Amino acid sequence: MNAPDLLSRTLRAPDAARGFSMGEWDLLLRQAHHAGLSSRLHHGLRQAGCDEAIPAPARWHFEAADTLAARQQVAVRWEITQVKKALGNAGIPLLLLKGAAYVAAGLPAAQGRLFNDLDILVPREALDAAESALMLAGWHATGLSAYDQRYYRRWMHEIPPLQHVQRATVIDVHHAILPDTARCRPDPAKLRAQAEPVAGLPGVRVLCATDRILHSAAHLFHDGELPHGLRDLSDLDLLLRDAAGETDFWPRLVARATELELERSLFHALRYVRYFLATPVPDSVDAAVARFAPARPVQALLDAVFTRALAPMHPSCEDRLTPAARLAAYVRAHWLRMPPRLLLPHLFHKAFLATDTREAKAA
Amino acid sequence: MKLLQLPPAELRRQLAGAGVWLRTGPFSVRVQSRIPHVAEGLTQLYGQFEVRSPHEAFADFHVSVDRPRGVRRWLRPQVNFAVDGVPPFKPLPLDQAFPMLEWGLNWCVSTRAHQYLIIHAGVVEKNGRAAILPAPPGSGKSTLTAALMLSGWRLLSDELTLIDRKTGLVHPLPRPVSLKNQSIDIIRAFSPDAFVNRESRDTIKGTVAHLRPLRDSVQRQHEAARAGWVIFPRWQAGAAASLIPRSKAQTFMFLAENAFNYSHLGADGFRVGSALIDQAACYDFEYGVLDDALAVFERLATEHAA
Repeated sequence: MNAPDLLSRTLRAPDAARGFSMGEWDLLLRQAHHAGLSSRLHHGLRQAGCDEAIPAPARWHFEAADTLAARQQVAVRWEITQVKKALGNAGIPLLLLKGAAYVAAGLPAAQGRLFNDLDILVPREALDAAESALMLAGWHATGLSAYDQRYYRRWMHEIPPLQHVQRATVIDVHHAILPDTARCRPDPAKLRAQAEPVAGLPGVRVLCATDRILHSAAHLFHDGELPHGLRDLSDLDLLLRDAAGETDFWPRLVARATELELERSLFHALRYVRYFLATPVPDSVDAAVARFAPARPVQALLDAVFTRALAPMHPSCEDRLTPAARLAAYVRAHWLRMPPRLLLPHLFHKAFLATDTREAKAA
Repeated sequence: MKLLQLPPAELRRQLAGAGVWLRTGPFSVRVQSRIPHVAEGLTQLYGQFEVRSPHEAFADFHVSVDRPRGVRRWLRPQVNFAVDGVPPFKPLPLDQAFPMLEWGLNWCVSTRAHQYLIIHAGVVEKNGRAAILPAPPGSGKSTLTAALMLSGWRLLSDELTLIDRKTGLVHPLPRPVSLKNQSIDIIRAFSPDAFVNRESRDTIKGTVAHLRPLRDSVQRQHEAARAGWVIFPRWQAGAAASLIPRSKAQTFMFLAENAFNYSHLGADGFRVGSALIDQAACYDFEYGVLDDALAVFERLATEHAA
């Protein structure tokens, strides 16, 4: 069975768009906008030769989304050169993660992707030096509460986000891909050891194909809030389709998941990427990852949670259980990231003590 | 059909249900609200705007203005603006429901409509040429825009100047003109044609009310215009009305900084912005008396036509 929402259906089979009514275009645009997938959807429609099927009133929405996405790619490339310069001065190598890595390596997953920040991985022992070097170049810790600052520095796999004083770009400096307190602890040294150089960008490296897929999966299934769950799944879909052509890709992916303690994340990633986006996965891989599956009743519960929590964040994709599913995904992610003696006080703080930091700018 | 042809009960029913579908310039909007102030504002100010059946399938923006749930609604009534269920702002006091709809619609356009270079400026047209009035808040931009509309210029927009990236033309987005503080009384006194709705007090901009756009401006809302002038108005007590030519380079820099999406457009923003400046005469404009200011604008329009 596959996800029933219109956006997922269209991403799976763009050809169907030829027969869409105006009402379906209206809904599709709204779901895509909320999911941060407008430009990528447009790309999919173009690739399927359905560009002409987009009715005139809907067209500017796609073009405006392309404008934003194109601009963000230029900005990300520029930020990469700036970060590289800043870290280079301190003798720290630059290893890009997630979206920035997809852009640098020219992967299909960069297509139509929107960015909130730039993620980099540095060795833990170089963390202080990296933060100082970035501060000298204009990136400073943002206005987090004292609690959040402490929380990041003591327990997390990254330091608090650094924001550039002029360009307002945000860098997340990671020393690992999961928190120190998480139940699985992929060794960052192993990731760094297999990182690859990027053609045309000397001194810049990205994780190898298997590792960036596993990182993306680990991130998605350990992250408490899933505002862009479907976008992240779409990243995984494009990464998998792209890497599937490499020799022995699938067996290497499965073996690497074991090596990095990310078997369960890989299992979930493959399960839901197929449910939402019908990513082709060979039967042999299916059989191989079956042993990573949780017990059957647990799996049934997780299906109920993730088929809802990863759907586009739009009222039309929600049912009675969606709020509960999102809460469950949030609690589950924290459960995986922290032992209970840390988790309970943390959730208590977030629920009752933390203040709403949403910006108020009504003009 | 026009919004004024909808019986008030039907308008309220649509607003409370699927939403009322209306067109403003190049955009269609579906508005939902159960707040009487919003229905009243739409009736008073949007009468000339095109509406369609509430079952119209497609709209560019789906917005709602409603009271948030919770205990607070009884203590300190508030209002929330949401775009397709997501509120971009914090709630405001209930009395500001209608201004919040206006600000919210501006926000929708300025954060999404990147097929235009969107400059924060008033803009009016006469004899086929548009006068773009960019200026910092408090410079009297809205007052002058309103007075020009009431004196035979066509209102294109009081806040958002939309420059089509393909054609370089200014696209109209005529909506109610936002008036602040003293300018509310100035405009009420200025013209018997002026309809200004009731005031909302203590907003972040002070006291705010909206002036109804004239019928001609709304009816011609699909008629684009070529940019003729970029004029920076500044009201100064006692000043004689004077136009002072201004450097094109400086004007360009100001427009770029005051465009909502200049940086999003990359190199194309530069191309569209510089083409605009090339074809427009650029001035600083100081004035003390509104009638003198209008005479200067009249002269500009006539000189150009001649």
